[in-house]
Amino acid sequence: MSKRQITLTVNGRDHEVWIVPSDSLLDVLHDELGMADVRYGCGEGVCGTCTVLLDDEPVNGCLTLAVQAAGHRVTTLRGLMGPGETMHPLQECFLRRGASQCGFCTPGMILTALDLVRRSARQGRGRPSRDEIRYALVGNLCRCTGYTKILDAIEEYADR
Amino acid sequence: MLTETTREARILAGGQSLMPMLNLRLARPELLIDINAADQREPAIEGGMLRLPALTRHRVLLEHHLVREHCPLLAEAIRHVGNVRVRNRGTIGGSLAHADPTSEIGCCALATGAQVVARGPAGERIVPASELFAGYWTTTLDPAEIITDVLIPAARPRPGWSFQEMVRRTSDFAIVAVGAIFNVAERTRDHASATVALAGVADRVVLADPELVDDDPDQTAARIAGSLDPPDDVHASGAYRRRLARVLVARALREASARAAAL
Repeated sequence: MSKRQITLTVNGRDHEVWIVPSDSLLDVLHDELGMADVRYGCGEGVCGTCTVLLDDEPVNGCLTLAVQAAGHRVTTLRGLMGPGETMHPLQECFLRRGASQCGFCTPGMILTALDLVRRSARQGRGRPSRDEIRYALVGNLCRCTGYTKILDAIEEYADR
Repeated sequence: MLTETTREARILAGGQSLMPMLNLRLARPELLIDINAADQREPAIEGGMLRLPALTRHRVLLEHHLVREHCPLLAEAIRHVGNVRVRNRGTIGGSLAHADPTSEIGCCALATGAQVVARGPAGERIVPASELFAGYWTTTLDPAEIITDVLIPAARPRPGWSFQEMVRRTSDFAIVAVGAIFNVAERTRDHASATVALAGVADRVVLADPELVDDDPDQTAARIAGSLDPPDDVHASGAYRRRLARVLVARALREASARAAAL
């Protein structure tokens, strides 16, 4: 297949990349743009490690084609960080609570949890319950922590 | 484009079923036709029907007030579909066209008496959900036809309903799922009008024979389970699926009837 050039807007910055139409968004972000915070886990949309925000909605990078993201805003974990890569408050909660061990799942966990907290607030439902957090994270697998500390960290952030 | 190409072509809607199949090399079409930009319509009520454009995302089905009001069964069933990212991209039309035999959405389409609008080179036609599914991941649609809308009768008076599902992990494919609608308006003294649909018990989602349904949930569930011959696979044996069908249908009928009585 022949390559074509598209512009991807990632974390507020435009990147011109040459891609083939079958490239997934994950392939391009990770392999072409070297973004290590978007990760290949399962390739089936089940594990959550390739989570990115597409126009502020979490999606699976492995199940979205890069061409479909052209003209939209893509946000990875790094896009949440402040100037000089200062940590997002939810990242600080993860650190404080020991909610990250090997760290492979952490970007997907944080992007998915942040969407839940923001959405609950926007829809006037207040702080999500522990069960709601659990339900929102069913598609984010962690093989280290046993999830309890992740739930603690998200609750701490939601309580701020 | 579907009629102009001689190559194997697939339509790409939300991509939450097709993209995993591409990633796993289970499907290798030569051409993908992305329809995501083709339609921006919202759910609407038209002539007593809830009209859901085919590209309506699962997230919208879960949250939209018209779906919650006129098809609460579907809004509840969507909670069991995939995870938050899958629901942000997956679409109702794509899900029905994918025709998975364990599909919660297909199950609800049957239980509610939904229809799809299929458009092809010869024009538009209406296909009842009960005539849409042909077998494993196969519909009765012509290869050049595309689903543009899903029409669900907006229930009035509001019926009782229930959605029951057994899975090993939340968000996984259903082992068995049951959707039941219990219609108060059509209820007579000796015959409750209930519609029961099942997923995960055959090569497609199935509608239980209305003749098997009466006022007794346990007897009805036993008759429906007895009429099924579910296949064995790595997730569950056929006998276990039949047993689940019996338990879940009885639960669904009880809950649907209780909801109908509460209205």
